[in-house]
Amino acid sequence: MNINRLFLPLSNPEILKLKAGEIYYLNGIVYTARDQAHQKLFYYIKSKNRLPFKIKTNCIYYCGPTPKRQNQVIGSCGPTTSSRMDSYTPILLEKGFKIFIGKGKRSEEVLSSIVKNKGVYFTTIGGAGAFLSTKVKKCKVIFYKELASEAIHELELKDFPAVVSIDSKGRSIFN
Amino acid sequence: MKKIHSKQIEKTVEKLFIDANLIMRPDIKQAIKSALSREKNQKAKLVLEILLKNAKIAKSKKIALCQDTGFPVVFCSIGNRIKIEGDIKKAIQRGIKKAYAGSKFRKSIVQDPILRGKADYLPGLIHFDFNNTNQIKIKVLAKGFGSENKTFLKMFKPTSTKKEIISFVTDIIRNIGQDACPPFIIGIGIGGTAEEAVFLSKKALIEKIGVKNRKKHLAFLSDAILKEINKIGIGPMGFGGKTTALGVNILDAPTHIAGLPVVLSVGCHSVRSRGAIL
Repeated sequence: MNINRLFLPLSNPEILKLKAGEIYYLNGIVYTARDQAHQKLFYYIKSKNRLPFKIKTNCIYYCGPTPKRQNQVIGSCGPTTSSRMDSYTPILLEKGFKIFIGKGKRSEEVLSSIVKNKGVYFTTIGGAGAFLSTKVKKCKVIFYKELASEAIHELELKDFPAVVSIDSKGRSIFN
Repeated sequence: MKKIHSKQIEKTVEKLFIDANLIMRPDIKQAIKSALSREKNQKAKLVLEILLKNAKIAKSKKIALCQDTGFPVVFCSIGNRIKIEGDIKKAIQRGIKKAYAGSKFRKSIVQDPILRGKADYLPGLIHFDFNNTNQIKIKVLAKGFGSENKTFLKMFKPTSTKKEIISFVTDIIRNIGQDACPPFIIGIGIGGTAEEAVFLSKKALIEKIGVKNRKKHLAFLSDAILKEINKIGIGPMGFGGKTTALGVNILDAPTHIAGLPVVLSVGCHSVRSRGAIL
């Protein structure tokens, strides 16, 4: 199977070209965030109307990795269920995050917000955390350190497989 | 009377949780391999191949199969003709903690479900039972919550048909799709009281897949459910294909004349479980 590469962060025209169902290898920087980090970001944005830190990528990966062993970059690091982050996603789209990676369906609100903000939603392979750990070249905690596995980690991906699951036109693999 | 020291139980529990999280269940591996030979869909094949690679990497590099190393559940059946030395409850909890801390598994348990707070390894959930041997039978399940969140109970009428049970299961599976990491292992508990049906559905997940149920009508029911689920077309990781479930296990129990409890427990493609006899 021939799989093309994408280099994060993606520009607006690059995002617009993506079609639901296509599979790619993602390369570049992503931030991990799951339930607790989302809730914190949400309340921060609600009160200050901005993100709590400067971002160098427009991609969030829903993931809470296991701790790394010696000589490893990261532990097991597959996706968690995206729908738990649905209520926090539109505000992040407004604030500059355009690309999300996780697993499973999204709400109608997320879908329309993706269309409105010209974003894209990828899904990757759940339960393949050991395999996906070999696709992460660098990992460091950058924010909410106290949340441990739920902290925001900056990951550098290399050929990380993901399927376009909701594209910027609102087409979805879940229909 | 045979004596077993709690230290031996602790060591067994530790090993079982390490193996469960690092080594794919052999019956599941076999089912994935045979699904791979049947699939025509390119993405389905790719996902199944990645799952086998994942198993290989997890075992060789000692990285957990999945970052959700689960809620630790222990099923412990104690023989009547055994004397246990020491505190068995504490021994089991210590075994869990040693496995999780020693292998760098994730801290996924919060002490207060409402207040949440910092996550830790413990406590695991222990189900005790008794048997008439001089053995202790231990089974462990590291239950991932992506699939746990898709548990459903329905109290059917005593006159409900098999067809209604089949639709109940397939309708839920159609709806949960990718969330719970297909291809699934389906555990179904039928009968008893509501809580017994939940318990049975969990035990069904740790039974070997691909083994025919000894009760003919249940073997028929599980075959029918598997066939219907695999017609849905969700496929491995929801990218399409024939393999939405790898196996359907059903356990049943006597129930009340007024009811028919049915519980669906969903297991992801890497249900992490192991068993040992002491």
